[in-house]
Amino acid sequence: MDKASRRGLSPRLWLAGGWLLLALLAAIFAPLVAPQDPLAQDLMLERLPPFWLNGAEPGYWLGTDSLGRDLLSRLIFGGRIAFMVAFAAAIAACLVGSTLGLIAGYFGGWADRIISRIVDIWMAFPPVLFAILLVAVLGTGLSSVILAIAIIDWTRFCRVIRAEAMGQSRMDYVENARIAGYGRIGIMLREVLPNVVPSIVALLSLEMGIAVIVEAILSFVNLSISTDDPTWGGLIAEGRLSIHQAWWVLVFPLITLILTVLSFSQFGEALKTRFDPVLR
Amino acid sequence: MLLQRFLIRLLTMLITLFGVAVVVFVVIRVAPGDPIAMMLPPGATDDDIARLRALYGLDKTIVQQFFIWLSGVVRGDFGTSISLRQDVLGLVFNRLPATLELAIVALIMAVLLGGTTAILGARERGTAVEAGIDIASGAALSIPDFLWGLVLILLFGVLVPIFDISGRVSPQLDLPFVTQFYFFESLLRLRFDLTWDLLKHMLMPAVALALPLAAIIAQLLKQSLKEVLDLDYVVLARVKGFSETQVILREALKNAALPTLTLVGVQFTFLIGGTVIVERLFSYEGLGNMAIDAVINRDLPLIQGIVLVFALLFVLINLAVDMMYALLNPRLRHG
Repeated sequence: MDKASRRGLSPRLWLAGGWLLLALLAAIFAPLVAPQDPLAQDLMLERLPPFWLNGAEPGYWLGTDSLGRDLLSRLIFGGRIAFMVAFAAAIAACLVGSTLGLIAGYFGGWADRIISRIVDIWMAFPPVLFAILLVAVLGTGLSSVILAIAIIDWTRFCRVIRAEAMGQSRMDYVENARIAGYGRIGIMLREVLPNVVPSIVALLSLEMGIAVIVEAILSFVNLSISTDDPTWGGLIAEGRLSIHQAWWVLVFPLITLILTVLSFSQFGEALKTRFDPVLR
Repeated sequence: MLLQRFLIRLLTMLITLFGVAVVVFVVIRVAPGDPIAMMLPPGATDDDIARLRALYGLDKTIVQQFFIWLSGVVRGDFGTSISLRQDVLGLVFNRLPATLELAIVALIMAVLLGGTTAILGARERGTAVEAGIDIASGAALSIPDFLWGLVLILLFGVLVPIFDISGRVSPQLDLPFVTQFYFFESLLRLRFDLTWDLLKHMLMPAVALALPLAAIIAQLLKQSLKEVLDLDYVVLARVKGFSETQVILREALKNAALPTLTLVGVQFTFLIGGTVIVERLFSYEGLGNMAIDAVINRDLPLIQGIVLVFALLFVLINLAVDMMYALLNPRLRHG
């Protein structure tokens, strides 16, 4: 890829990275930056509109929900759970999926047949229903949500990495390493793995966006974390109920989710282009 | 050759379905929380609980339970729903048409929208129009159906309330239908008043499901069209004096469509998977909505039945696409 088109990618990458960094920092320093206590209810302040509308109160920038809780503060604190789920679930899915994909693709034979069959079975489940079922079984809570996403989405990594590792293992350099006397596992880790890392990194970024959505869906059907802690999906569920009385309770969490998902996918695309030796 | 391919696919399909049955059976039985205790009023004796457990076969080992259930499934008996006290297969067949209608309408919309966009993009290749299409399809692809559904609820349910955002059909209407395929049957009966009401309910969930798939079709078909448009026979057609749109529709499309067709098949299963949460979002009375209730109520026989029907649908679609590909691809046909 020539320099001009590479520079063309940059603004999108900067915007995406900027938003993610902003949201992440706000989540980390939530107790310092949130203007209000996200759990404080005040029935005198219920359904305040955002700051530019009549009837808004100073200090409640994005308005309040039906219990008078500050929406901006709840969004900022909700980001904590969103990012925790995004990082932990994506990394767990990545570790399991990439390992199995690498083994299936590089070794082939029986290992490949068994792993591919399991992937086929997993792909025959509707993923959202599978997630809801798993969280219902594991019990609600942060670790259940993370575990459920990892159990479902490892196949995304496995399928791509298997195909790539299969392609790599037919390359001359792998044959050379074998002739040079390296062991099979040594070749897999030292020669094949580094060549599939770009794909892994790109998928990881995409998966973080997907994990944020799945957590929101689980919160939406009331099966995620405890109902007290604010989550983005929980805010959306509240917003869906009071849509005709207070549209902002749905609009702001929705914008937050869309920006976050778009940013993760843009980031993944850009990383893939940057690392891809053919495109580079 | 084709027959052999078909038989191998059929066998792997059965293995996949068996695997799905095992996984779902094991997963829901390690669940804490006793479905029987939830059915009985407080104050039920231990004896009552034990009798009910025996009635639903829950007093046997998990392996015994699995084979009792499997032998029923083979005979078409999926058991009785614990929360609704009805035959599982009947419940599933009652709801499946609603989901299939929604998915098929969404698929048709995705193909039309994605196909038109791809043809437009290929005709205007290298211009600002193509760049705009790339950005729009990139965004449509990155945003999942759940979020599209919410955006549509805000736009056309609240801001400009022209569509219904809840349910499948207006409850006050008299429905003359004998099948559960309300939408298709209303078309056949020429009851367009009912078609319109059904469409007003179905349109937004269908668009939410269609948008990501339309974006994929637009991207892939545009790419294939652009490749084909540089080939000699297309250049010849252009020399003969056909307009660019005619060249695309008459010459390029049929050769560029094959890779897209395969992808649409796989993506259609993802679309059907998406109906679960989209139906919930729009309170649409389909299979997915019932599935979520079944999980919340710990209705084990119903969950098993629904998951297996979804899995069957997925493997059948994959089989159909595989066979269609083999039939249409000249290299495999004569191989």
